[in-house]
Amino acid sequence: MEASWIAGLVGGILIGISATVLLAFNGRIAGISGMVNGALTFARAEQWRWWFLGGMLGGGALYEYVLAPQPTPTSTFAPWAMVIGGFIVGFGTRMGNGCTSGHGVCGLGRLSGRSLAAVITFMVTAAITVFITRHVIGL
Amino acid sequence: MREKGLALIAGLLFGLGLGISQMIDRERVLGFLDIAGNWDPTLAFVMGGAVLVTLISFRFILRRPHPIFSSKFYLPTRNDIDRLLLVGAGLFGIGWGIAGYCPGPAITATVLGIANPFIFLVAMIAGSLTFQAIAPRLASPKSAAPSQPLAK
Repeated sequence: MEASWIAGLVGGILIGISATVLLAFNGRIAGISGMVNGALTFARAEQWRWWFLGGMLGGGALYEYVLAPQPTPTSTFAPWAMVIGGFIVGFGTRMGNGCTSGHGVCGLGRLSGRSLAAVITFMVTAAITVFITRHVIGL
Repeated sequence: MREKGLALIAGLLFGLGLGISQMIDRERVLGFLDIAGNWDPTLAFVMGGAVLVTLISFRFILRRPHPIFSSKFYLPTRNDIDRLLLVGAGLFGIGWGIAGYCPGPAITATVLGIANPFIFLVAMIAGSLTFQAIAPRLASPKSAAPSQPLAK
């Protein structure tokens, strides 16, 4: 538990390196909501996005089944929360052109004011939402 | 082909980072967002570590005329903070708070072999396509005029 910030920092640096190599070599932004939306056009020019998404699965599997000191805890919490939350995330990220990676990791790295406004907004609404679900409704 | 190979490597690093940082554990994410509970600062270190790298590296990369494998950088061109950005980001935060997943961790968490990330992703794609379908009716006059002068 007390080492979680170190793991967080190491993981975060890897994510930053991922965004760095994608921009330096391919000139692309590592924003995952946009990655999915682009991949789902199934256009030839967007095929690289499927390779990136495949890599995300490979990297996750490499961690979970080779490197992980213990299995990642899983919960089977409330499928309805996934349906509602997932739908709103998809709707909102398409409307706002990005998520934690596109606006957060890449947008802040580019010193984009638009991304900073987005990050502050979604951090605040997410914290308010969790406050309501956990402490007001008591889920 | 080399662009695809590079994308695969970048994806691997991204997924590995999400695994090591344990952002694929939704309780970790919700623990960060739950400021009135037993607050878990891990996500701040993940975001901080990632932004620390991009803040430095992007400065050098974007000074170059073009990326190594490509003739141009594909960057967002808009600088204006409009209502769609703020409402969209606000909605994203609400969904994130309800599910505990954002798009990246949900994709990588599918390797854990549980149903929730899959359910989340299907719903997420449905939400994205829904917005895409109604977007023409929501377009503000501003965003409908891409010819306006844009700073980089």
